[in-house]
Amino acid sequence: MTIGVVVFPGSNCDRDVRWAAEGCLGIPTRFLWHEERSLEGIDAVVLPGGFSYGDYLRCGAIAHVSPLLSEVAAFAARGGPVLGICNGFQILTEMGLLPGALTRNRQLHFLCEAAPLTVHPGACQWLRHYGEGEPISLPIAHGEGCFQADADTLAALEGEGQVVLRYAANPNGSAGDVAGLSNAQGNVLGLMPHPERACDPITGGTDGSRLLASLLG
Amino acid sequence: MTFPPVPRFQARVLVSLRPSVLDPAGEATRAAAQRLGVDGITQLRIGKAMEVELEAADLDAARSQIERLSDRLLANPVIENWCLEQLKPVEGAGS
Repeated sequence: MTIGVVVFPGSNCDRDVRWAAEGCLGIPTRFLWHEERSLEGIDAVVLPGGFSYGDYLRCGAIAHVSPLLSEVAAFAARGGPVLGICNGFQILTEMGLLPGALTRNRQLHFLCEAAPLTVHPGACQWLRHYGEGEPISLPIAHGEGCFQADADTLAALEGEGQVVLRYAANPNGSAGDVAGLSNAQGNVLGLMPHPERACDPITGGTDGSRLLASLLG
Repeated sequence: MTFPPVPRFQARVLVSLRPSVLDPAGEATRAAAQRLGVDGITQLRIGKAMEVELEAADLDAARSQIERLSDRLLANPVIENWCLEQLKPVEGAGS
């Protein structure tokens, strides 16, 4: 099992993911520069947090046309596990792998705090070690995390059980209290909170650890 | 032997938030207008204007390039609309 961590100019949580996976769980990682064109030898892909391309145009808009991301889309279509954290979630929506869009927080503040969440794993393989309705706490750190989708899209997501992480106290105005979404197949997960910052006990909590540990079986 | 110059065009694309999308930055700007004493501003929404120069065989080809660019990159159809506000040949550049 090797996790490929895609690195864009402006990514800043790539090393956090490496520490969480390798340092805390012993899962090997490999950094993949976004201009690479192959995922050979990679078993799971993480799009880490940060500010790819300085958030120019829209968050994730320029990153989504990177050469490696066509490979990531094909990998996801084959059922490969793909995780997008924060900016990675924004990129997944820009790629169309997940519906909706992430926009400016309702109160305009950049939020950097612990967020209480409830987990609704459904078919999401990344969340299979969590219980239905389980309350957890993960850090959030974003200025543009307000999930928006039209009413029909949101209703479809709810109906299919794809709203797999919900804010217990909505901090940013997200429609449906959406903190994280899965695709219908359950192999792609995008979330605004940072599970990789809640794997090492020194960070104050380890609620994110089981998410990455799902890759170990 | 001389080649005919490739026609060049100038385009202006306006990207605006769809009416259903919240625009907290626009709302904050509206509130600032009020504090400044500029009365009567009932709505203020922030979009983007992109000025693009391109080479294309003719006006129709230029328009189709701009449409492709706007649909796929400049605007995110989930939250934004775009319109081609202006498309004209660059003067002195042939065509």
